[in-house]
Amino acid sequence: MDRAITPMLEVRRLHKVYEDASRTVEAIRDISFSVGQGEMVCIVGPSGAGKTTLLKCIAGLLAPSSGGVILEGQPVAGPPPAMAVVFQEYGRSLFPWMTVRDNVALPLKQKKMTAARREELVRNALAAVDLAGVNGAYPWQLSGGMQQRVAIARAVAYEPHVLLMDEPFAAVDAQTRADLEDLIRVLWHRLRVTVLFVTHDIDESVYLGQRVLVMSHAPAVVMEDVAIDLPDDRTQLETRSMARFGELRKHIYSKIQLAKQGWRPPSE
Amino acid sequence: MSHAGPTPFVRRLAVVLALPVALVATWWFASAGSQSFYFPPLQTILQTFLKLWFSPQAVEKVAPSLARFSIGYLAAALLGIAIGVPVGASRNLRNVLEPVLEFLRAIPPPVLVPMLILFTGVGDEMKTLVIVFGCIWPVLLNTVAGVRALDDVLAEVVRSYRIGAFARWWHFVLPGASPQIFAGLRQSLSIGIILMVVSEMFAASNGIGFALVQYQRTFAIPEMWAGIILLGVIGIVLSLIFRAIEARILGWYYGLRRSQRAN
Repeated sequence: MDRAITPMLEVRRLHKVYEDASRTVEAIRDISFSVGQGEMVCIVGPSGAGKTTLLKCIAGLLAPSSGGVILEGQPVAGPPPAMAVVFQEYGRSLFPWMTVRDNVALPLKQKKMTAARREELVRNALAAVDLAGVNGAYPWQLSGGMQQRVAIARAVAYEPHVLLMDEPFAAVDAQTRADLEDLIRVLWHRLRVTVLFVTHDIDESVYLGQRVLVMSHAPAVVMEDVAIDLPDDRTQLETRSMARFGELRKHIYSKIQLAKQGWRPPSE
Repeated sequence: MSHAGPTPFVRRLAVVLALPVALVATWWFASAGSQSFYFPPLQTILQTFLKLWFSPQAVEKVAPSLARFSIGYLAAALLGIAIGVPVGASRNLRNVLEPVLEFLRAIPPPVLVPMLILFTGVGDEMKTLVIVFGCIWPVLLNTVAGVRALDDVLAEVVRSYRIGAFARWWHFVLPGASPQIFAGLRQSLSIGIILMVVSEMFAASNGIGFALVQYQRTFAIPEMWAGIILLGVIGIVLSLIFRAIEARILGWYYGLRRSQRAN
């Protein structure tokens, strides 16, 4: 299947320096890439590589120092309506004073739609993440994995064209993590949404992505854009035991090791 | 086993009531047959209490106090929150206002009474303003602290979902700061009761504080004691009402805290 036809998201020569009175930190040197409509792209890099900075620039939450982000032909100047973000800290990204359904419904109240349509979106989104039964519960009554499902449901109900995920499964246990990875694959297939998934976990990036962008150590550049030529129908057991999975994993792992040793692109 | 013993509720009630009952009993028996003019028997005080405060005239004495307290306390709460939210949200505003707020907060509210008498007379306005002035600081300062401590991940969620200004205040800032705001409101409650009485002791023609001073000056000692007991009862009732409201609004917060402790 050919998903990458129209460019949905373009990152052009993005550069980000944090400046305050005492010091300047260059987080992102120069990053360019584009993501086609309906693609699933993973960004993987060593910790401290500036992955979160990059994602916040793409989400319009941080202004880049130079360069920019183009979403569906429009430059991103603030959080765009066609984007939804799932944050790493599930414990802090849901409103603890709202029930699960109110958490999912709140962003929709900002959009013009009938109450019935809103109800429908909330119900469908919670059903899509297998949480139809916990509407009236508060987030803190749920397990970590379930809380992250609520955050995913909130993003899904928002009907974004691009779904940004910032290490969303870094804080859950391994079994829950595998389930959530499969959930993301299922939702991506069903909704045909474009997904940009940031992770520090190499296996996760290979398992989820059609492409994996390997980032260098900060100040970040893209070291390599790896095409993941695994079959589209992926299962934890079979895909992860494929020889090709191992090769890709090894390839990306060696790149990350280079990045940790401070490798810089030859052009610098 | 458990069905034979007292239920947990009965046991808790017994724990809560044990000391008050013991103290009242001690007072009762120690003062029984007392000939002292200043320390009459508790029996006399309680008889006076019933006669004094369960009569139509009691309403005339108590209602003005409670009305001034309610208006002053609610105005202080609204003002404290309304000023505290923008001050907490803006560092510039904080830098400008902080020295002034610290100074005003340091003024003991009762010393304002003579000044307020000059400007507003000895009427309800003066007494209500004293209550407002005393009650506003804990609410204001706690609101500032609560708004400053809002979670920045949640703030990014609010931004990334393009949640508008009103919904931002109503669904994020106020609920997020509400545990701290309630801590301030709780402090202000006792300050408000104190100021309600104190403001009436200076210059007044009605109210509980006024009545207390009258009893003392006319050596109506059992009445004076009965008035003090009434103030204690009013304090307890107000704090019970406060706790009921707090439990409703902050139910999520106590649940969250319990779940964090359990992990």
